[in-house]
Amino acid sequence: MSLKSLKAREDDLSSPQRQLELLSEGIFEEGELPTFKDKIAESGHFPLKPKKLEILQLNLGYMCNQVCSHCHVDAGPDRKEVMTKETMQQCLEVIKNTGAHTLDLTGGAPEMNPNFRWFVEEASKAGIKDFIARSNLTIILANKKYHDLPDFFKKHNVHVVSSLPFYKREKTDKQRGNGVFDKSIKALQLLNEVGYAQPGSDLKLDLVYNPSGAFLPTNQAAMENDFKKALKEDFNIDFNSLFAITNLPISRFLEYLIASENYEDYMYSLVDAYNPAAVENVMCTNTISISWDGWLYDCDFNQMLDLKVNSKVKHISEYNEDLLNDRNIIISQHCYGCTAGAGSSCQGSTI
Amino acid sequence: MSKSYYDPADLRKFGEITEWSEELGKKFFDYYGKVFEEGALSAREKSLIALAVSHVVKCPYCIDAYTKDGLQRGITKEEMMEAVHAGAAIESGATLVHGVQMMNKYKKLSM
Ligand code: SF4
Ligand code: SF4
Repeated sequence: MSLKSLKAREDDLSSPQRQLELLSEGIFEEGELPTFKDKIAESGHFPLKPKKLEILQLNLGYMCNQVCSHCHVDAGPDRKEVMTKETMQQCLEVIKNTGAHTLDLTGGAPEMNPNFRWFVEEASKAGIKDFIARSNLTIILANKKYHDLPDFFKKHNVHVVSSLPFYKREKTDKQRGNGVFDKSIKALQLLNEVGYAQPGSDLKLDLVYNPSGAFLPTNQAAMENDFKKALKEDFNIDFNSLFAITNLPISRFLEYLIASENYEDYMYSLVDAYNPAAVENVMCTNTISISWDGWLYDCDFNQMLDLKVNSKVKHISEYNEDLLNDRNIIISQHCYGCTAGAGSSCQGSTI
Repeated sequence: MSKSYYDPADLRKFGEITEWSEELGKKFFDYYGKVFEEGALSAREKSLIALAVSHVVKCPYCIDAYTKDGLQRGITKEEMMEAVHAGAAIESGATLVHGVQMMNKYKKLSM
């Protein structure tokens, strides 16, 4: 596993443009596989349009204490892009007036943003129904200043969504780095201790599973059972739901696919598993993603590919929900990751 | 024409066998799909059985397919290897049990 981001390595693939080219060349250019546009047109879904806005997803920055090999953000300690207090203030104005019922903080490690706690305190006053923070778990143990995060999350009734690629050490450490599994287990136990995922408690703790390799997740419910059983038996850990998320072929996961000569097979798997029913529920139909510097995107993936919303309104400073809801969603071949099998979103399967 | 008997890319074309015999091809794939559904055995158990049999019939396509299927289902590599041994044990047992035939024949032919 590389210890640096693609960006710090000055790798070709750190360029969104290069990634988009790759996703349109070869098998897609030669017509071996249909483009996503042609595929969704078959069932009358082109152009893809938003439905009702339900989720505002804020990316507080690309800085992270980990450098996972599958990371679609290309996050890492060497990434310095973090949301400023000024942009956060603009977000707060939007949050106060939005029709969305869910606020979803992501990164990088959102907790590493120096204004993270201030922002959570302010945002929790806005009366949003479901307030999510995506935590990579190890951050809680990474430094003394983060040790009280479980209590902080509890205080603000934050719904914690955490990634744990597998309930076994080997696969987790391979994908996310040595020692990650043990630290994640410890962090989950700490969250349980303060009341997360405990009977009678409202504090929600969900886990994210994403495959550690060039294969797709299957049956989310079966996986949830396996995770629940293993984590309870081996570590006495409880959690609420498991979200099975498909890795999209962008950024470091794309790098891995190409380096391991799995790219074509993986794209075939995604296209083979294309499910028209999943198109109805892709997350860009109910989400707006906001980057650290305030730009608006259809989803976190489009953010990483620098595909800003196709709307007159492109920045948080000029946010207008009605105008945004009238846009066409920008798509490319990476979108096949959202429509394979039972579908995939930040909330797991979509059907 | 490919210069080797097995080309991994051919696995993707498996469905094309239906083109030259639609009725039989369709019947086979319907049957195949039905067999691997959740039933008295779980889909997970069937995946491991399929992996073991893939090795016994030594089909490289099936081995690729059911290794991937196992990974997707969260089956561990230890479970996969034990399944392969279960298949191998039956296969070697099937060879060795014929040793009894050899012994019988030997005894019959010997004074
Ligand atoms: S996958 Fe998550 S934890 Fe891993 S490097 Fe990316 S942002 Fe950080
Ligand atoms: S990648 Fe983004 S734009 Fe494409 S289908 Fe998924 S959520 Fe929508």
